[in-house]
Amino acid sequence: MIERCFQVLFTLLVCASSSPVATAQVAVRGETVYPMAGPPIKDGLVIIRDGKIVSVGPASTSSVPDGIRVLRGKVVVPGLIDAHSTVGMSGILNYAHDQDQLERSSPIQPELRALDAYNAHEDLVEWVRSFGITTIHTGHAPGELISGQTMIVKTSGNTVEDAVLVETAAVATTLSSSARKKEKGKSPGTRGKMMAMLRAELIKAREYLQKQQHADDEKKPDKSLRLETLGRVLNGETPLLVTADRAQDIASALRIAREFDLKLILDSAAEAYLLIDEIKAANVPVIIHPSMYRAFGDRKNLSFETAAKLLHAGIPIAMQSGYESYVPKARVILFEAGIAAANGLTFEEALGTITIEAAKILGISKTVGSLEVGKDGDVAIFDGDPFEYTTHCIGVVIDGKVVSDTPR
Amino acid sequence: MHRLCLVALVAVAVPTTTTFGQEVPHAIIGARIIPVAGPEIEDGAMLVHHGKILAVGERDRISVPDGAIRIDATGKTLMPGLICTHSHVGGIGGADSSHPIQPDARIFDSINVHNPGFRRVVAGGITTINIMPGSGHLLSGQTIYVKMRPANTIEDKFILNSAGKPMGGIKMANGTNSRRKAPFPGTRAKSASLIRERYIKAQEYKRKTAQADGDPKKIPARDIGLDALVEVLNGTRIVHHHTHRHDDIMTVIRLAREFGFRVVLHHVSEAWKVASEIAQADVPCSVILVDSPGGKLEARGLYFETGAILEKAGVKVAFHTDDWITDSRLFSRMAALGVRAGMSREGAIKSLTIHGAEMLDLGDRIGTLETGKDADFIILSGDLFSVYTKVLETWVEGERVFDRTNPDDYLYAVGGFGAGKDQIPYLCCVRHQEN
Repeated sequence: MIERCFQVLFTLLVCASSSPVATAQVAVRGETVYPMAGPPIKDGLVIIRDGKIVSVGPASTSSVPDGIRVLRGKVVVPGLIDAHSTVGMSGILNYAHDQDQLERSSPIQPELRALDAYNAHEDLVEWVRSFGITTIHTGHAPGELISGQTMIVKTSGNTVEDAVLVETAAVATTLSSSARKKEKGKSPGTRGKMMAMLRAELIKAREYLQKQQHADDEKKPDKSLRLETLGRVLNGETPLLVTADRAQDIASALRIAREFDLKLILDSAAEAYLLIDEIKAANVPVIIHPSMYRAFGDRKNLSFETAAKLLHAGIPIAMQSGYESYVPKARVILFEAGIAAANGLTFEEALGTITIEAAKILGISKTVGSLEVGKDGDVAIFDGDPFEYTTHCIGVVIDGKVVSDTPR
Repeated sequence: MHRLCLVALVAVAVPTTTTFGQEVPHAIIGARIIPVAGPEIEDGAMLVHHGKILAVGERDRISVPDGAIRIDATGKTLMPGLICTHSHVGGIGGADSSHPIQPDARIFDSINVHNPGFRRVVAGGITTINIMPGSGHLLSGQTIYVKMRPANTIEDKFILNSAGKPMGGIKMANGTNSRRKAPFPGTRAKSASLIRERYIKAQEYKRKTAQADGDPKKIPARDIGLDALVEVLNGTRIVHHHTHRHDDIMTVIRLAREFGFRVVLHHVSEAWKVASEIAQADVPCSVILVDSPGGKLEARGLYFETGAILEKAGVKVAFHTDDWITDSRLFSRMAALGVRAGMSREGAIKSLTIHGAEMLDLGDRIGTLETGKDADFIILSGDLFSVYTKVLETWVEGERVFDRTNPDDYLYAVGGFGAGKDQIPYLCCVRHQEN
C-alpha cells in the first residue's frame, strides 16, 4: 500500500515536472551501452540536452558537465519500441467502458483515428513504460476487416498531442478468422468475402483519387474521410498493416499488396515460417506476434523460433506485444523479445527487434531507436541483461526527462 | 457400480504404468543437483530404479551398480520435476451452466490425453499437475492430480492413494467469478450463503450415514455430489479455491474454519494486503503472475511482489500456470518473476516443487530428490531462473517423457507447424531409445 502511494506520488511529480520549459541535462552511464548504431561501448556515457542526445561514447573520452543528474546501470539501451500494441486504446479493465480499440459497428472503418481515442493517462501506459518502453505503435486492434488507424506515441505526456510522433502510422486490416462475422447474413462471413470486400474498397478509393484529379472542381467527388484514408494507403503514404496468422492468410495479404502496389507490413504472422521465400521476394517486413501468445485458433502453430527464422532469412522483423482480450491486458515487449533471444536470436538481434529495427519498419528511425547524436533522449537502464527474468529496469528517460527510476 | 468398474480399471492400469519404470538402474552423473530437500550438490549423482530414487548425493559417494545405464549430465542441472497446482490442459469440460454448485462433476471424465497441451507440460519440466474444472461456479467439481506418464487413457495418469483411489481435490471460487443470473449468486453474501447451505447439507448427510451404521433402511439416498463434499469435511479432499480480492480471501478462510476444510488459496491477486492474516490462518497460497495487472477488476491489484510478501509473512507459497492462462512451457518463468520482485531463490524453487506437492497431499512422494521418492526429475541446461535455460529432459517415475533432442518433442517445446494438432496416439506410448 505504501508502495502504491509512493507510485502515485511519483507519477504526480513526473506529471508536474513535464512542463514545456526546456529540459535540464541528464546523463546516463552504463557498464555496457548498446547504442544499436555501432558496437557496444564498455563504460559508456550518453549525454542528453534539451531532450536530444548530444554525446554517446566511452566515459573516458567525454566528461559529465557539473551539476547534472547522472543515472547509472549495468546495461544501457535505447528506449524500447513496441512495434504493435493497443495500449492506451485498450485500458486495464476488460469492461466495455475501458476498451476503445475495436469498433464493431461496421467491418470497414479506416477513417477512425487512434488519436481520438488514446488515453495518455492509462495505467497500462505507465506500466509498460516502467519496463523501459518509451515508444509504442498503438491503435485500432485486429478483429474487423479494416478496424481503423494506428499511431505512434511516446509513453509520456499529458495529452495525446504531447505524446504523438506519427498521427497515422498505418491502417489496421485483419485477414483472419477473427474478422469473420458469426451472425447469419452479416459480411464478411468467409475468407473469400473478406478479400472481395477489401479489393472492392481499394478500387473505390482508387477511383476516388482519380476523380479528385478532375480539372473541373464541380466534378470532383465529395470529400470522404474513409476513401481519403485509403487513398493515402494506395499512394504508399500510409502502410497497410495486415494481421494474418495462417499461411493462407499471409499469402492473401501478399496477393492484395501486389495487386494494388501497397506498402505492406505483415502483422502477427504465426505461420510466416512457411512462406519465407514469398515474404522475402515481396520485400515485406514482419511485426511478429508476441512470443508468449497462446497457441490456439489461427495461431495454434506459432513458434518461439519464428523471429530467428525470418531474420536469418533476411526479412526485416520487429516484435510486438499485440492485443489481449483477457489477461495479461498488456504484454511487455521486453519479455516477448527475451523469449526470441532465448530461441535463436542473438542478444543484439533481439534487442534490435524492439529498438532500431522496429523504428525502421515504423519509419521513425530518424528520431528514435538508437543512441545517436541528434536523436531523442530516450534511454532504458537495467541492472543486468535486460532479457533475464530477474533483471530490473532501473531507469527510463524520455526526451531527456527521467520518467521512472524505481526498479521494476 | 460405476465406481467399482473404475476401481477395476485402475487396478488394470497400475501394472501397465509401472512396467515403464526401468528394469535396469539408471545413474545420472555429474550434474549440479538441486535436491530441494537439502543443500545443492555441485558435482552430484542420482541413482534411480523401478521408478524410484535409490540414492542422491556427491558423485563420488554414490556407487553405481554394474550394468546400470549411465547418463552423463556434466554441466547440467538436475532437480525434481515441477508441480503445477492448477492447470486446465486436456480440452476439459467440468460443471455446466445449470447450477453454481456441482461437486458431482469429475474433471477426469472429460480429459483428452492426446491434447497437445500435455506435450507442452512436459516440455516445461512439469511432471505432476492438478487438472481443475474451469471457471464461473462457486464449486465446479472434482479435480484430478495426474502424473505426466505416457498415456492412452486418463487412468494411465492417475495418482492413487493408499486405498487405491485416484487423488484429487475440489474446485471452488468466489468474488466476481461465479456471479451471474439465478440460480447463480448475484452478490458476495449470496455466494457464501449458497455454499454454506450446501456444506451444512453435507454435514447432515455425513451424520445420517454414520448414524445408520450400515443399516440400508436408514442410510440416506446416495448423492455422489455430497459424497465428494463429505471427503472435503473429512479432510481427505483438499479445496482448491479461486480467490482474488483481499476480502474474498478472508471469506474463504472464514468458511474453511466453519466447516473444517483443508484449503489452498489460488490466484490470490490481493493476498499481499492480508498476508499476515493468511499466515495466521496457516493457509497455503498458490499464486499466479501475469505480465500486467488487471483484466477483471478483482485482479487490478495483481503484482509481481505477491510471492515475496507472502513468503516474508511466513505463508507457504506455490505458483501455478492456470494453463492456458499461462503456458506450461514457461512455468519456471513465473517463479523467476517472483524472484525479480524479492522472493528468495530457495523459496521460489520450493514454490515450483515441494510446496506444490504438499498442497496436493503428495509431499511424501514427490517434490524433492530423496531416496524412496518417485523418480520424477528434470535435467536443465542451466539456471532454473534464466530465460536462456532449456529443459533438456523430463522424467516421470524413471521414464523419460521429454527429450529436447527428439524432433517430435522439440516441436512441442518451441512450437511450429503441427504443434497445434492432437498428438498422434501411437507416438505417445512408444518408448524412446535408451542411451
